Amino acid sequence: MVTTTHATATATATAPAAAATMADGDLSEDDRVGLARFLELIESDSRVEPTDWMPAAYRKTLVRQISQHGHSEIIGMQPEGNWITRAPSLKRKAILMAKVQDEAGHGLYLYSAAQTLGTDRDTMFEQLITGAAKYSSIFNYLTPTWADMGSIGWLVDGAAICNQVPLCRASYGPYARAMVRICKEESFHQRQGFEILLSLMNGTDAQAKMAQESVNRWYAPALMMFGPPDDESPNSKQSMEWNIKRFSNDELRQRFVDMLVPQAEILGITLPDPDLSFDEETGHWRFGELDWSEFYDVLKGNGQANSVRVAKRRAAHENGAWVREAARAYADKQAAAAATAAEAATLAQNEMVAA
Amino acid sequence: MSVKQRQAPTGIMTPELIETEIKGGLAATDSVGQYALGLGDDALVLAQRLGEWIANGPELEEDIALGNIGLDILGHARSFLTYAGSAWGKTEDDLAYFRSEPEFRCRQLFEQPIGDFAQTIARQLIASVYFDSLYRALMHSADPTLAAIAAKATKEVDYHLDHSTQWLLRLGLGTDESALRMQRGLDAMWPFVAELYSAEPVVESAAASVASVASAASAASVAEDDRGSLEGIAVDPRALRAEFDAVVPLLIEQAGLVVPKTGSVRGGGRLGIHSEAFGPMLAEMQVLARQHPGASW
Ligand SMILES: [Fe+2]
Ligand SMILES: [Fe+2]
Repeated sequence: MVTTTHATATATATAPAAAATMADGDLSEDDRVGLARFLELIESDSRVEPTDWMPAAYRKTLVRQISQHGHSEIIGMQPEGNWITRAPSLKRKAILMAKVQDEAGHGLYLYSAAQTLGTDRDTMFEQLITGAAKYSSIFNYLTPTWADMGSIGWLVDGAAICNQVPLCRASYGPYARAMVRICKEESFHQRQGFEILLSLMNGTDAQAKMAQESVNRWYAPALMMFGPPDDESPNSKQSMEWNIKRFSNDELRQRFVDMLVPQAEILGITLPDPDLSFDEETGHWRFGELDWSEFYDVLKGNGQANSVRVAKRRAAHENGAWVREAARAYADKQAAAAATAAEAATLAQNEMVAA
Repeated sequence: MSVKQRQAPTGIMTPELIETEIKGGLAATDSVGQYALGLGDDALVLAQRLGEWIANGPELEEDIALGNIGLDILGHARSFLTYAGSAWGKTEDDLAYFRSEPEFRCRQLFEQPIGDFAQTIARQLIASVYFDSLYRALMHSADPTLAAIAAKATKEVDYHLDHSTQWLLRLGLGTDESALRMQRGLDAMWPFVAELYSAEPVVESAAASVASVASAASAASVAEDDRGSLEGIAVDPRALRAEFDAVVPLLIEQAGLVVPKTGSVRGGGRLGIHSEAFGPMLAEMQVLARQHPGASW
């Protein structure tokens, strides 16, 4: 069945813009009341809604985080989109197509959530295709083999789930609600990735080799998806105080590794970390040092595909400009025609009344 | 059929359900297999083309819409191919990945490159009108599996037809550029309409239905199948042409465009004759599967 996603903004109110740009020091009486109410909402772990007063920095943090998240979903379509035409079975092709278009839907939900904070989608999209906006660095890695469809699902969507499940309780209502919808689909994404790897590991020697080689490439970058270690992540503390973030980067990374180890065992795949060992005392899996220089290098634009990813989206957008223009022109003409018809009807009505 | 019949006379069918029934002994006759193979190839090749739009659409909503349509059509392909394969002990993947160009039975409209968005819409409009009448008729096939596949497909095609009709109007009546592109898209796809509505060779002549996919073992059943064997089972596309002529030219005029007056390609897709764009598309689709023959994924 077709389910076209028309994500609509839950609300488009631009809450007190003036107040939001004001430093907390020179608050008006209204702002003081708003701030008190905001703090109360956060304190009681309730949801902040678009029409509620909120500090400018809270709004800014959310817009940045939600739009970057949205951009990641959109750019994230590409590494897997790369294999749709070559998927090795029709069933896998169908699952992959469904997965990649789920990600487009996620992008739409998130852009809608960001719009409720007063930043419109065109602006966000413009930032994406000009390279001004950031998105998750993981999507700047290439997908040279089919096994990468398995690794992305298992590791990248898996990491996304660890990150996103707590976001379902984020203090900003529209964001939390978008995450609830998204998380439902992400668990399907992770499962299909796991199944791809499982089929490969149970397949021919060449297939098993392909799977292991791919996991070797994706494991560390996936662990780095949670962001730098806590002591190098200055913004995290504020986000946690605002109940946007619930767990620190390192806590989430640990959760992820603890989840992966038993799954890797089922797969028969070796996680490429010689230091991985079980800590009886804490009950957690200890893992080795990550190469953060690579992380920062990819972040700076020196990944495998940074420019290619942005260029591809920009090309699609620019090639489609005439289509969007046509749709707008058609809608305008339809609206004008409807207005003329309504006017004529009113005139006719008046004639009758006059007669 | 003047009144659109939407009520499915039988249950709906998915590739997985058909697979289960095949394990339970369901098998198509050779001629039904040949017929289903043609329909499956049409859908498979169109779905493969639509897949090229994902992450390339003019807006995110269209990435999703074209992806959805492609996914529905891929589902139809999988059902038809799974059922077709039951005639020769082959799976949908044997048929999709391990036949070469002349063994494919798709009509040439579906093979054409995606072109720009207008060309894709032009093809999708023609295809949706065709599928709409085809599956509504096939719902009443004496073959219950074909009828069930068609019953599921017809509901989905309803939406596809609406999608391409809306875009035909938007592009035709939008801007000068979009009208020009939409006209060119129609002009480019029109030469393939006649082939789309030409006879089914497998119905026409049992001899023509002997394709290389048929294994030696099935040769005997081919001999038993006379040309009447698909009567009441297959739909003759020639009988559907009137519906196309009643609907499409009117829509084109409503969109402020001109019904193309192009010639028609010689066609022959159902006999394994394909256009130039098909080989490269097939090579891409099959490359990985063929690197690992016998592997499962
Ligand atoms: Fe996603
Ligand atoms: Fe995902």
